[in-house]
Amino acid sequence: MKITLDADKCCAAGQCVLVAPEVFDQRDEDGVVVLLDAEPAADQHAAVREAAAICPAAVIEVHE
Amino acid sequence: MTDITDTIDTARPPAPAPLPVQPPSGCPFDPPPLSNLLERGDPHDEFGALRAEEPISKISLPDGSWAWLATRYADIRAILGDTRFSSDTTLHGYPLSGMTGGASTENRGFIRRDPPEHTRLRRMVTREFMVKRVEALRPEIQRITDELCDAMERAEGRTADLVEALALPVPSLVISLLLGVPYDDHEIFQRLTGTLLSRTVTDAEREAARIELRDYLDQLVTAKEADPGDDILGRLIIEQRQTGEITHDEVAAFAALLLIAGHETTANMIGLSALTLMRDRATAEQLRRDPALIRGAVEELLRFHSIIRNGPRRVATVDVEIDGHLIRAGEGVVAAVPSGNRDESVFADADRLDIRRPNAQHHVAFGYGIHQCLGQALARVELQVVIATLLRRFPAMRPAVPVEEIPFRTDMAIHGCHALPVTW
Repeated sequence: MKITLDADKCCAAGQCVLVAPEVFDQRDEDGVVVLLDAEPAADQHAAVREAAAICPAAVIEVHE
Repeated sequence: MTDITDTIDTARPPAPAPLPVQPPSGCPFDPPPLSNLLERGDPHDEFGALRAEEPISKISLPDGSWAWLATRYADIRAILGDTRFSSDTTLHGYPLSGMTGGASTENRGFIRRDPPEHTRLRRMVTREFMVKRVEALRPEIQRITDELCDAMERAEGRTADLVEALALPVPSLVISLLLGVPYDDHEIFQRLTGTLLSRTVTDAEREAARIELRDYLDQLVTAKEADPGDDILGRLIIEQRQTGEITHDEVAAFAALLLIAGHETTANMIGLSALTLMRDRATAEQLRRDPALIRGAVEELLRFHSIIRNGPRRVATVDVEIDGHLIRAGEGVVAAVPSGNRDESVFADADRLDIRRPNAQHHVAFGYGIHQCLGQALARVELQVVIATLLRRFPAMRPAVPVEEIPFRTDMAIHGCHALPVTW
């Protein structure tokens, strides 16, 4: 699994951080998404897919 | 400042069709079904028929204008996630009539603007509501909740109006903490916000409170300009000085918006959630036994209650086809959040409250797209703390009146209870 972000579109809702906190974070100055792990281990895959599914701004793209 | 009271004109609009996004008359719960309530009609049945037969239908608004009503989950996400649908309330065709937050287009906050203005203004405050900042507030939210629960316990007669004693004060005190309202002013701040949302005051009293609160926030911003504290307003003011990007009035408008957006909504979710769990003893017991379930339970309660009854709303800026249906430039759209959150194609057995529902967080109770609720992380933590604390400290709490006598907010754009008499 490989994750790419279009962070310019991020509206800082924070849903990805709630769902997959080991993969996503928010930067301190404006809460915009930060990728902690672009190629997460298998145990994170379900959470990452969930984060991509509920991201309100469709920022997270998952390549499998 | 926008009109906080959000009263819907309940008069029956003329053709083409009534607005099925108004609150139900009576009890908001589907399960367990009560025959007398079913007789009064159930909006979810009406939404179910629309989702199946006419997912994008024409509705009339209180002033006689019309808009499209989107009832399917996928269509709601498609519309709210598409910036060709504008949030700019000043655009021709925007469906203002009867909308949450009032129809005024004066002093529009960022929620009623489009990018790039929306993005610029929203990002001035997004950091304040990010998950780690809100999590750091959890002990304070717990302290506020515990103190209010202490006061309920001390009250005579083991009875209270849960709305007045807990549901309204928690978000009021939390937002005053975030905005940096001095502790000595908490009482006046709470009195004013409480008056604004009370239905037992006269219109003149409510208007007086609205003006007093506006003046209070204006003075608060002035005080912060002289001595910016470690709070949202203080940080906005420091930023304003550095960049010159926002004015005194814009800081005051931010304060009003954050207060309005976070107060009535959270309070009503607290009231409805508490009532739901008082009536669903088995679920309450599961939550008491396994507090880790509270996060999922809050998502499910948000989905189940969907308190925003008549929005969000947009206007198409160009012709857009949604699910084979053409929405023309200049036409308004109302996204029926309560319908999308009961869409069986997404949420199996959608009319049932299931705190273990695996995809509960897919709900659109906070909206969808770039305008999705800025304060959602805060709302989640407030609900988690308050509900878990109530269940722990008041395991015997129950409604003090029959459910039919609870005054539901059938007259308001944000659903909930005007009052919730409880005993324990």
